[in-house]
Amino acid sequence: MKPVDFDYERPVSVDALCRRLAEAREDAKIIAGGQTLVPLLAMRLARPALLLDINRIAALDGIAAGDGFVAIRACTRQAAALAHETVRSRAKLLAKALKHVGHGQTRNRGTIGGSIANADPAAEIGLAALALDAALGVRSVRGERTIAIRDFFRGAMETALAPDECLVEMRLPVWRDNAVGTGFHEMSVRHSDFALAAAAVQLALDAGGVCRRIAISIGGAAATPLRMAEAEKRLVGTRLEERDIADAGALVRDAIAPLPDPHASALYRRRVAASLAERAIAEARDEARAA
Amino acid sequence: MSQHDLVCTVNGKRRSARVAARTTLVDFLRDELRLTGTHVGCEHGVCGACSVLLDGAPVRACLLLAVQADGADIVTVEGLAPDAEGLSVLQDSFWELHALQCGYCTPGMLIAAQALLNANRAPTEHDIRDAIGGNLCRCTGYKQIVDAIALAAERLRGANLPQRGSDAG
Amino acid sequence: MPAEARAFRYIGKKRRPREDRRFLAGTGRFVADLAFDSMAHVALVASPYPNARIVRIDAGKALALPGVHAVVTGDELARATEPLMSGLDLPKVVRYPLAVERARYVGEWVVAVAADSRALAEDAAELVEVEYEALPHVIDPEAALLPDAPLVHPAHGSNLLYRRTFVWGPVEADFAACPHRVTYRARWHRSATVPVETFGVVARWDAASRLLDVWASIQMPKYADQLARALRLPGNAVRTHFDVDVGGSFGGKRGLKHSVLAGYLARRLGTPVRLVEDRLENLRGGDAHGPDRIFDVALAFDGDGVVKSMRMCALDDVGAHAGRAPFQLGKPVSAIVGPYRIASVEYEPISVVTNKTPEEAVRGFGQAPTNFAIETGMDLVARQLGIDRIELRRRNLIRRDQFPYQIPSGSTYDSGDYHAVLDKALAEADYPALVRRRDAARAKGGLAGIGIACCLEPSGGNSAFEPLLNPKNETTTWMESCQVKIDGSGAIVASMGTSSAGQGHETLLSTIVGETLERDPETVRVVRMDSLAALPSNSPVGSRMAIMLGAAASDAAQKLKRQMLAIAAHHFGVAAEALAYRGGDIEAAGEPARRLTWDQLVDIAHRKFHLLPPGMEPGLQALAVAEVPTGGALPTPDGRVQIYPCYAFEAHVVYAELDRITGQTRLLRYVCGHDCGVMINPDIVHGMTYGGIAHGIGAALYERFAYDANGQLVSGSFMDYLLPSSHEVPDITIVDHCTPSPLTRFGQKGSGEAGYLGAPAAVASAVNDALAPLGLHVATLPMTPASLGEVLARADEGEKK
Repeated sequence: MKPVDFDYERPVSVDALCRRLAEAREDAKIIAGGQTLVPLLAMRLARPALLLDINRIAALDGIAAGDGFVAIRACTRQAAALAHETVRSRAKLLAKALKHVGHGQTRNRGTIGGSIANADPAAEIGLAALALDAALGVRSVRGERTIAIRDFFRGAMETALAPDECLVEMRLPVWRDNAVGTGFHEMSVRHSDFALAAAAVQLALDAGGVCRRIAISIGGAAATPLRMAEAEKRLVGTRLEERDIADAGALVRDAIAPLPDPHASALYRRRVAASLAERAIAEARDEARAA
Repeated sequence: MSQHDLVCTVNGKRRSARVAARTTLVDFLRDELRLTGTHVGCEHGVCGACSVLLDGAPVRACLLLAVQADGADIVTVEGLAPDAEGLSVLQDSFWELHALQCGYCTPGMLIAAQALLNANRAPTEHDIRDAIGGNLCRCTGYKQIVDAIALAAERLRGANLPQRGSDAG
Repeated sequence: MPAEARAFRYIGKKRRPREDRRFLAGTGRFVADLAFDSMAHVALVASPYPNARIVRIDAGKALALPGVHAVVTGDELARATEPLMSGLDLPKVVRYPLAVERARYVGEWVVAVAADSRALAEDAAELVEVEYEALPHVIDPEAALLPDAPLVHPAHGSNLLYRRTFVWGPVEADFAACPHRVTYRARWHRSATVPVETFGVVARWDAASRLLDVWASIQMPKYADQLARALRLPGNAVRTHFDVDVGGSFGGKRGLKHSVLAGYLARRLGTPVRLVEDRLENLRGGDAHGPDRIFDVALAFDGDGVVKSMRMCALDDVGAHAGRAPFQLGKPVSAIVGPYRIASVEYEPISVVTNKTPEEAVRGFGQAPTNFAIETGMDLVARQLGIDRIELRRRNLIRRDQFPYQIPSGSTYDSGDYHAVLDKALAEADYPALVRRRDAARAKGGLAGIGIACCLEPSGGNSAFEPLLNPKNETTTWMESCQVKIDGSGAIVASMGTSSAGQGHETLLSTIVGETLERDPETVRVVRMDSLAALPSNSPVGSRMAIMLGAAASDAAQKLKRQMLAIAAHHFGVAAEALAYRGGDIEAAGEPARRLTWDQLVDIAHRKFHLLPPGMEPGLQALAVAEVPTGGALPTPDGRVQIYPCYAFEAHVVYAELDRITGQTRLLRYVCGHDCGVMINPDIVHGMTYGGIAHGIGAALYERFAYDANGQLVSGSFMDYLLPSSHEVPDITIVDHCTPSPLTRFGQKGSGEAGYLGAPAAVASAVNDALAPLGLHVATLPMTPASLGEVLARADEGEKK
């Protein structure tokens, strides 16, 4: 399983990267962590004429806490993000999701931006980002723009990035509420496998323990991760009792139209997605109550 | 087509070479440097037989292009022993508890285990299973490996040291 | 060999396996580690169709690529080589390393390219143009037997390779006499050994000596013979090097087609040729899939649950070529009733071809699926009568006082105490506590179950199933050899003539030679002879090496011991019986002053011919070739014969919890009671048992070579073919028991296949115990989360209605 032959360059800056992307367009692929791309190269499913290695561009690495947000540069290693104090304290949901991403060894190389740009329907980072309403900073020779994550995932492995655009940064809004809780549950066949389904939840309780705000996103059940608007609506204003959560689970189940799959029936996938959502909601509620 | 210069440190020795862009790090280590201790099991990042330490962190060498390792400090299984004749505490613990059979996954296991012990002096069984969770073994069922890593951790903390001349080898 | 265990000096003691040392340092010597000057690398062009006529092959563009040395097609090989051997008599089911005229499965190798590097060979392989005419295909084994099924080998006339009904004992009468019966289907889907190292081979032809040197990741009897035959070379023109480390095999590394291809290319090109499967080739085109079985079983039993008779039909889908796979239906005849006193059996093995990757040997050679089928039935009998599953087994297990016990199909079980092993396993597991734990989990609404499995591991490798299934094959010799010498300096060298894949044979051999000569095993050097220098060996299959290499090594060492005693007897002028052999020194009994030390004996043997007894050859070297115990008989007309000689036994106790929604199974406690007679090296035996259990867990819960309706293999990489990791395999406790075999030199039985033979049955039993309160039962492996989740989902939906 050896890749096709290709040219390889290491742009020294984001500008240089964008210039090369504009010149090479579909013939070039960015290599960041390589944990997804290199297997595709090995299987000759990816056949770029040119690889642009962005691992040495300093401007693409780093985590910063801003006013009401956490900014993660695209080429930040997943392991670094998981260990980073800012992520652990201000983007807990992402930290929880990261624990499920691949394996420790792949997290040592895999990047936050690489996962987002890859847009696997079951990917944990994108799922958490969707729940957090992330904003993605994107650049090309034509300038910068921000894409809301709700507009970013277009289909399985398909994003709103133009062929000459690169992901530069992800900004995660930080909720200012007092009692915030997070929950993340996924189901994979083996421990480190890609998720068949996953649920990411963040919620805030008011002083009386009533849910003021909640975000529920489900992954692996459709071509892209999805926010569960109906379930969210059902839970706002409630105390998140067992019956509330069960109703929300039923709404999640009904909101999903899983693609036909030889491995797992639609019935099964719906039940799993609903159950994971319920577990994640309960986890988030308990965490918020303790806060 | 595309050849590139590469300078890195491997097991403490500075190595320089010219490699094709598409050559993976594991193939470079094995074919060019003739360090055949690191093994190829799947070439798509699942089995972990190719694990090496890159700047101290365990990674899959089949998922790195050799050229990406320019400037890096790499440790392979051949670099784990303290000298040409001896074995590290971890390697010796593997031997003591027979934590291997065919030996094919072993280099990757040792690397993953060494990385764990470098970061965690008192790993729990869960920590150990987690650390080697990305290294597949078909021979051992993992139990003797887990036990050996726990034993190594104990010995590195100064406890449960081997008696002199008690075992073969 | 007395029935009670002897006290040993070295056998059974803890000893660090010597082969571990080189692997820990990263200095193992695997096939892919070998480099030769001007070596060419091979890549393959594989068929994308499950069944197709090959219309045209155009290699022009490939050959034009710089660095490409050769492109070979099936037609060329068919002219230059003999077809690969099949175990059954099937002259019209022909197989070459590359597809000839037809490609019969997705992934079948059609064209081989040899180039300067693997990457270049793959570049060239992409440039080979192959035109196919797609033909109808058949994927399902039952569909393959229908009258209008597409034929995989049209010349053969059907998709049936083998079918016979064996009737041992009064089955019909026994069924009529029993008040109860249970009928069920058990499905063992296709999985295999899948070692972490793929198969690889390097071949080098020396034209001057007319000798083909071969280094391969091989575990196969008669490999050199079959390779020579296929290449139309005399047997002594192929030298297989067994000092290559094999990265796991468990039966599957037979690689004959790879080797014929590499050997052919080596001769054609005049340069060394290397073929190492990449993982995609390995999973799809390496021809090492495993049993793919449908069991239809009926058990007849009385009101106490004692099973009197069994009818078993075993349909096995061997994929597109025959090979050795059909014999995996024959080996289980050696333990067709499991550890139970079932008195009569009707057994109908059926072997069919379909358009799938061919099947190769898997650990246990068909015994694991058969044990799963039997144990599924025992649990169903218990469920039907409302009897506790353990009690049910107690009533059926062969009793200790009944050994040696002959089963209806003709094999005699040598020794055992199954009740004792079961009791030990239950005690270790603290069975009452497991029951409380299970019941507590159930009370909270969870699904929890305890699995029980009692299974046999036949060992010794007497492949009498060959003449059983193929009367034209009258092979009754299954031998192993060893040469031991003590050189002029007094150092011991013992030789073996086969490769190893992690079983610790060097440690085994040195321990046995050391035990016999009463010398420290660490002083025994073990060498592996190549196939020209080696004495006959049948390689490590069928859990045979402890028994067979053990026998040959012990016999050879005994010859040396007797020779040394004869030297001393002659020296002291007494009878050998009046001497005492102590740790290599020999003294006149009761007269310690009259002794010859080891060094003195060596000195006489090597240098003092005048002191040797008349007629004795100088030097100290002896060889022994051992035939398998109880071997040498052909089957009776009704198909009764002793297959393997020795029977190890395992009793598994497993506690599992299931997630009601996701269908995931968590194994939370695993105990295995194990009796393989005397263990030569306990750590080695335990290691293989843990590994076998892990492999069995994979087969039970995760592993499947799945095909879609278009004949495409959908689990063609490690992303879909799921091997258990350290997270999926729980901590395992083994409890040992020892009923020595009366047939072996030290009471040892084989155990290389331990754990795997019982684990799938045990895990299935636990899952079904968890499902029992819901009235559900699953008898299909693997029990993946999706499959169990589906069963649970439908039950839930059904309840809601």
